[in-house]
Amino acid sequence: MSDRLSVFKTYKLYVGGKFPRSESGRVYEVTDSKGKWLANAPLSSRKDARDAVVAARKAFGGWSGATAYNRGQVLYRVAEMLEGRKDQFVREVADAEGISKSKAATQVDAAIDRWVWYAGWTDKIAQIVGGANPVAGPFFNLSTPEPTGVVAVVAPQESSFLGLVSVIAPVIATGSTAVVIASEKSPLPALSLSEVLATSDVPGGVVNILTGKTAEIAAPLAAHQDVNAIDLTGTDAELARDLEIAAADNLKRVLRPQPVDFAADPGTHRLTAFLETKTVWHPTGSLGASGSAY
Amino acid sequence: MTSPFEYAPAPESRSVVDIAPSYGLFIDGEFTDAADGKVFKTVSPSTEEVLSEVAQASSEDVDRAVKAARKAFEKWSALPGAERAKYLFRIARIIQERSRELAVLETLDNGKPIKETRDADLPLVAAHFFYYAGWADKLDHAGYGPNPAPLGVAGQVIPWNFPLLMLAWKIAPALATGNTVVLKPAETTPLSALFFADICRQAGLPKGVVNILPGYGDAGAALTAHPDVNKVAFTGSTAVGKAIARQVAGTDKKVTLELGGKGANIVFDDAPIDQAVEGIVTGIFFNQGQVCCAGSRLLVQESVQDEVLDALKRRLSTLRLGDPLDKNTDIGAINSAEQLARITALAETGEAEGAERWSAPCELPSSGYWFAPTLFTNVTQAHTVARDEIFGPVLSVLTFRTPDEAVAKANNTQYGLSAGIWTEKGSRILAVANKLRAGVVWANTFNKFDPTSPFGGYKESGHGREGGRHGLEAYLDV
Repeated sequence: MSDRLSVFKTYKLYVGGKFPRSESGRVYEVTDSKGKWLANAPLSSRKDARDAVVAARKAFGGWSGATAYNRGQVLYRVAEMLEGRKDQFVREVADAEGISKSKAATQVDAAIDRWVWYAGWTDKIAQIVGGANPVAGPFFNLSTPEPTGVVAVVAPQESSFLGLVSVIAPVIATGSTAVVIASEKSPLPALSLSEVLATSDVPGGVVNILTGKTAEIAAPLAAHQDVNAIDLTGTDAELARDLEIAAADNLKRVLRPQPVDFAADPGTHRLTAFLETKTVWHPTGSLGASGSAY
Repeated sequence: MTSPFEYAPAPESRSVVDIAPSYGLFIDGEFTDAADGKVFKTVSPSTEEVLSEVAQASSEDVDRAVKAARKAFEKWSALPGAERAKYLFRIARIIQERSRELAVLETLDNGKPIKETRDADLPLVAAHFFYYAGWADKLDHAGYGPNPAPLGVAGQVIPWNFPLLMLAWKIAPALATGNTVVLKPAETTPLSALFFADICRQAGLPKGVVNILPGYGDAGAALTAHPDVNKVAFTGSTAVGKAIARQVAGTDKKVTLELGGKGANIVFDDAPIDQAVEGIVTGIFFNQGQVCCAGSRLLVQESVQDEVLDALKRRLSTLRLGDPLDKNTDIGAINSAEQLARITALAETGEAEGAERWSAPCELPSSGYWFAPTLFTNVTQAHTVARDEIFGPVLSVLTFRTPDEAVAKANNTQYGLSAGIWTEKGSRILAVANKLRAGVVWANTFNKFDPTSPFGGYKESGHGREGGRHGLEAYLDV
């Protein structure tokens, strides 16, 4: 029996729940760690970045307005979908990062577990970081966290899947929407993740994934007036500084790059980085100083 | 014509405060001259009288102060929390003891009515130190993990609208968490911070833990840019906030920014109108409107527009403008000639763009910086007076028909600091509060503050929160 010729996949961007090619019509060559050609990935343009922001803004109202319970269900659904397609991701991660299948499997398992971890956070974070404030007066006073809006995420360069998931999940868990720039060298696991997201009840536009040159796509996102925050994890020091300066223009929330062990317990830092605190006051109309008398 | 309701003058005594003819910088526990010997004058905005001459910090002085703070940090951060707490409790108590003196001082230097310094600023200043004193030995329980570490030296730059209160907001949490401080008060209101230096002395606070550097923007910029400052805290204009955000880019400095606002105060047709009118007045005319969270855009439901505006104009006609030291004064002086010029220019722009201007009929004193409470009607969202922060006693009135329209208009701003809602319908309060992009929402009340309650903005109103448990995060390595 002769060897069957395999069918290659055309990798596409993920914007607004759809899979467009780059507006620029450009692609770049993605190779494995040994330099073997794997695929042509879209080389996103500034226009792609702007389209992704529009999609993320459009999705923000619905996603931030969904109940925390619902968001948890959706995040958990992503884990379920990934579990079923684990082999594909193990192969892609092994190719992308030049590691063994078993090491890649560890990463993929951890990434799936990370979705589960964040799925469980959606309806707990408000109680951890919010609450009643005991003001000195007859007022009901409550602080609650709210999502900041559209977050531009520069995914880590080295950890093409576990790192990627670790920076996307906390942003959407709390109700923000994301425009993600995948690892420049290893973008394929990110593009495959978009296929999972598209079939996981994650509304279109909540996560948008772009591939290409990090610096080229990040610059317009950092300067974009309709982006509320930027996660600089996948940038080097010089690019991070330039992007932070651009982000100051509309006072974006900035998460600076720092060394991260993605295998470790992530804590709540990435959840709270993209939350605002809203405090609501209302008079209580206290009836007397003595309190309840029964 | 004298009104039958005319009050006799009821001035607070100036003699409770002893202002020295000159003050130095407060560095490492000592008052000292500026390195280049420069001084500037601080005047009373209500009379233009020179109150004192104050040393003007330069970058060299900033460097000295940061060194002192760095040296003090080692011991201060190593103190048991309970000991730091006791210093803060001492400071809080001394503030209470000297509260009348400080209220008069603040009114003289800032121009705001004694009623406000005495009943709002000073009680809150003491309360902030009390509140954060109690956190100093409980940081393990604050939700930032066990034994959270202080950042180091905090460089803090504060504005002139609430000089002592902003100092308290900045210094209390910084010291409670084990940081040391270099603080630059605004050039028009340096005195209460220098009196605070004396309170630190009375409290026996170790040298160098708190350093006070009166000066101008160049000193502030040198402080926030100083490579040995670990934490930058700024309250002031959005433009300066953006400059600071650019300046700290690529560094390890943690930064919090409390910037401008253009707060919407939304009055629905079922609101308790009399209370709403009081709330509108508090919202925009408290501290002559020189408040970042002021309710400077009134959004009133079309069906009650006439009723609300009539009542509002009637109420504004009874406000008493004049000597800030008079206990019956409602509206004091604008803080500086510069600020008065800005307010005047923006109000003229409002008229030029076709908005209708109405000012309360009050006589303005012949000396000092004064601006009558003013409102603009026929304002659209495109008008400058509906978009730019005026930071003065100027209210822009817009109308709406539906709650959705109110929310859309309220959120149509680069800012996101505060908002107000007036309605008797509870579900509407919750629905609207939920949709407003603002850090503080006051429902059926306005301009309430408390040390336990986090304060801070969304969008271009800044980063981070001050007050409450949330306020600790800005000063901890988390």
